[in-house]
Amino acid sequence: MSKFGLVTKGFLKENPTFVLVLGMCPTLATTTSAMNGLEMGLATMFVLILSNIVISLIAPVVPDKVHIPVYIVVIATFVTLLQLLMQAYTPEVYETLGLFIPLIVVNCIVLGRAEAFASKNSVGDSALDGIGIGLGFTLTLTIIGIVREVLGSGSIFGWKFIAGDGILAFVMAPGAFLVLGYLMVLFNKLAKR
Amino acid sequence: MAAKSNLRNMALSLTLVCLVCSGLLGVVYAMTAEPIRKAEEAKVAASIARVLPESEAQPVQESINVDGVDYTYYRLPGAGYAIISTVGGFGGPLSVMVGISEDGIVVNSVVLSHSETPGLGAKCATDVDFKDQFKGWDPAEKRLVVRKDGGDVDAITASTITSRAYTKAIANAVVVYSKLTENE
Repeated sequence: MSKFGLVTKGFLKENPTFVLVLGMCPTLATTTSAMNGLEMGLATMFVLILSNIVISLIAPVVPDKVHIPVYIVVIATFVTLLQLLMQAYTPEVYETLGLFIPLIVVNCIVLGRAEAFASKNSVGDSALDGIGIGLGFTLTLTIIGIVREVLGSGSIFGWKFIAGDGILAFVMAPGAFLVLGYLMVLFNKLAKR
Repeated sequence: MAAKSNLRNMALSLTLVCLVCSGLLGVVYAMTAEPIRKAEEAKVAASIARVLPESEAQPVQESINVDGVDYTYYRLPGAGYAIISTVGGFGGPLSVMVGISEDGIVVNSVVLSHSETPGLGAKCATDVDFKDQFKGWDPAEKRLVVRKDGGDVDAITASTITSRAYTKAIANAVVVYSKLTENE
């Protein structure tokens, strides 16, 4: 696969949300607004890129039977690192995403990429893979966030265009499932062409 | 691909990875401890500035036990008290900082943390119509109970439980305030 293909596959062919259907927990929980979705996507991308790089470096020397514990330790380290950095330098963002940052450790996207890609490919390619999948995830979360925010709060990226409330259900969990489902249908229909 | 596993290299690689990772985290923790503390302090200071009138004095942190519950509060000589009052909301603990001036009037209140439903109860942190009704509230004249229960507080539409909790938080702060001042 070309270098360009590595970065762009996350948008369509291997879109983590709509095609691989991974990382559903943060997808459903944090996309109450466009900004939250975007921030969660970027946080996951940060972990994804770093863990992909490190895992592709150490994969050849890690004994087969303990590779999952080793990968998880690496991923958990980067997540904790991110958590500390966010707490220190972006406390507002940390406050909204707080609970979901530690959950990146068990996000299937991160471990999935480590297993399926980083452990078998070069450092450079793994970094690009992390960027590609991370961008795809960020973009999808932002789109879901935009749809839910527009319908649910009548605003976009915090900018309100109607007075009062939107359709409250879209800000809550049922709305998350609805939006995700319809977007998935739309995405797969468009992608098939 | 991956190396062949035996007990020695498994134990060795796991120990090594854990050592390196915990070392790295230790370094980052030491680096961020100071900024994290500063960020938390800045948040408290900003909240105090919002709930109490401006004052030259430095807030003094103290705590008091009222009816078996510990309350943390900040005393700002000349301005009043900023009392942190935590109650059970709809989705979890609801923590409110309530500023009460020295003559016993609620100056303002601000939500420190909450886990209310987005779009409904979460509005207690942003809805100015709801929050601002407590500005200048004199607990001696008006009752700190939502209208539905026979008081004078207008609840947030469709979020009576959160409104009740918020009102209770302020009422508790008023009780703490009277405890604080009764010995003076």
